[in-house]
Amino acid sequence: MAKKFLSGNEAFAEGVRLAGPDVISAYPITPQTIVVERLSEMVEDGSLKAEFIHVESEHSALSCAMGASSVGARAFTATSSQGLLYMAECLTYASGGRFPILMMNANRSTALPWNIYGDQRDSISLLDHGWIQAYAENAQEALDLALIGYYVAEKKEVSTPFMANLDGFILTHTYEVVDVPTKEQAEEFLPPYDTENKLDLDNPKNLAFTAGPDYNMQFKYKAHEGLLRAKEAVKEAEEKFEKIFGRKYTGLVENYYTEDADFVLVTLGSIAGVAKEIVKRRREKGEKVGLLKIRYLRPFPNEEIAAALKGAKAVAVFEKDISFGNEGTVYTNVLSAMQKGGLAPKTSNYVGGLGGKNVSPEDIEKIFDDLKEEKEGVNFIGIGGVRH
Amino acid sequence: MLEILWHGRGGQGAFTASRLLGIAYVSEDEQYALAFPSFGPERRGAPIRAFTKLDNKPIGNRSEIKKADYSIFLDETLFDESAFSELKEGGKIILNTTKEYDDERIITIDANKIAYEYLKAPIVNTIMLGAFAKVSSAIDEKMIETAIRIGMPQKLHEKNIKAALEAFSLPEKLSLKAG
Repeated sequence: MAKKFLSGNEAFAEGVRLAGPDVISAYPITPQTIVVERLSEMVEDGSLKAEFIHVESEHSALSCAMGASSVGARAFTATSSQGLLYMAECLTYASGGRFPILMMNANRSTALPWNIYGDQRDSISLLDHGWIQAYAENAQEALDLALIGYYVAEKKEVSTPFMANLDGFILTHTYEVVDVPTKEQAEEFLPPYDTENKLDLDNPKNLAFTAGPDYNMQFKYKAHEGLLRAKEAVKEAEEKFEKIFGRKYTGLVENYYTEDADFVLVTLGSIAGVAKEIVKRRREKGEKVGLLKIRYLRPFPNEEIAAALKGAKAVAVFEKDISFGNEGTVYTNVLSAMQKGGLAPKTSNYVGGLGGKNVSPEDIEKIFDDLKEEKEGVNFIGIGGVRH
Repeated sequence: MLEILWHGRGGQGAFTASRLLGIAYVSEDEQYALAFPSFGPERRGAPIRAFTKLDNKPIGNRSEIKKADYSIFLDETLFDESAFSELKEGGKIILNTTKEYDDERIITIDANKIAYEYLKAPIVNTIMLGAFAKVSSAIDEKMIETAIRIGMPQKLHEKNIKAALEAFSLPEKLSLKAG
């Protein structure tokens, strides 16, 4: 393992190099560009033996990755924001076709108003497109998600594409220390991609076909089952990962001082870093606060969330997302998990960081202050409450 | 945590300096750093900021530095009174200038002179890194050299190491009024 000082984009590119895709097809878009640039350099200097296809659009990027996957190749693509939305048509093709493509998405605001900065509206608005969705907290987790992503996606019983999300700029453009594993370690962890779901002259079959009302719903049911099986695959992948790399991950969620917490903040992505520091400081002062970090939005960790929030008097969800006309989508999902778990604490939703608006440590402190007063409702940080 | 704010113009290498400082610092065990630029479109000549945070534990707070321990100006034309409002109590400004400032918070260095001597161009980022190392003691000569070798293209190594170490080794060129 080598210690390097890398940005989130560079760390992810290292993870992809270690995973060794056969085909990379991508179209550059800020703040994703660097991951594609680094990969093209790796292909150029021979340190990554892959076919690099510079396509003319994101729609083509994912179509191309699907084409590669359909002949049994390991495929990678990356995008962000409007690029992801432009690709959206192909997202359901890739998931419905059960092609285990890895995509890195640099989370970025969606137009209009047009803006290149980070928020999570791009990926969260596409939760229902049948992809596994993971969110990294830092550059190390980003690199590791490239390896774990392929492991999980390519498990035969899963066969579902994997979207690894990195907060735009805050992760993609921030440099930090990252342990880069060796190629030998990566090969020990990640088996070669082997599938029957491919076009094969010796074993001809029909892929990516039409299914009428008679059979269509059965395929959707199977895709749903495959995505749910990713829960077990993530567990298996992380156990193997820890044995080989010595780094431990905690499944679909990470519990930070939640066991006996009265007041819990639920969030995802890079903001969890500062939230942990705040929880730790408040704990040292005797406050019973905790943080629940959601690592995977799909498959959704219903049971894990209910278990972590059991006993909480008040729960707040912070997200860089709003479902216009309702509330934050992560909040809706967390409420559903709590309802199924028979929990009824006071709840509130904090929408912040849209269009890259800075989320300060003071903003997170304020959420914990509000939690202790068991405030309820949906709030836009820095703007105010929302009337329902 | 030590927080360093870098000021430069697009093309002057302020972000590279912030990144080199991070590389230098983490070259020792159990030391952590974050380095990032002010986010957004990049334009040559436009004012830019870059940030380095140094600590002996992982750093979770990724927001921009509001108050710095050191505020470093690669370009004097970016410096004005507002710089003091972004300093912590006891914080220092390291300024590339030929002028004298009668203010104990300001440490000056004629970095352009060193740059012309070693680099034949007014690129002062590694020189300001050397000056920062001298003033702060956060990193030493060996760490500066390591960082330049890891973080810059090979053809720039030797002259930048020399320029940075020149700034580091000649304290008389810094007005060390601040002590």
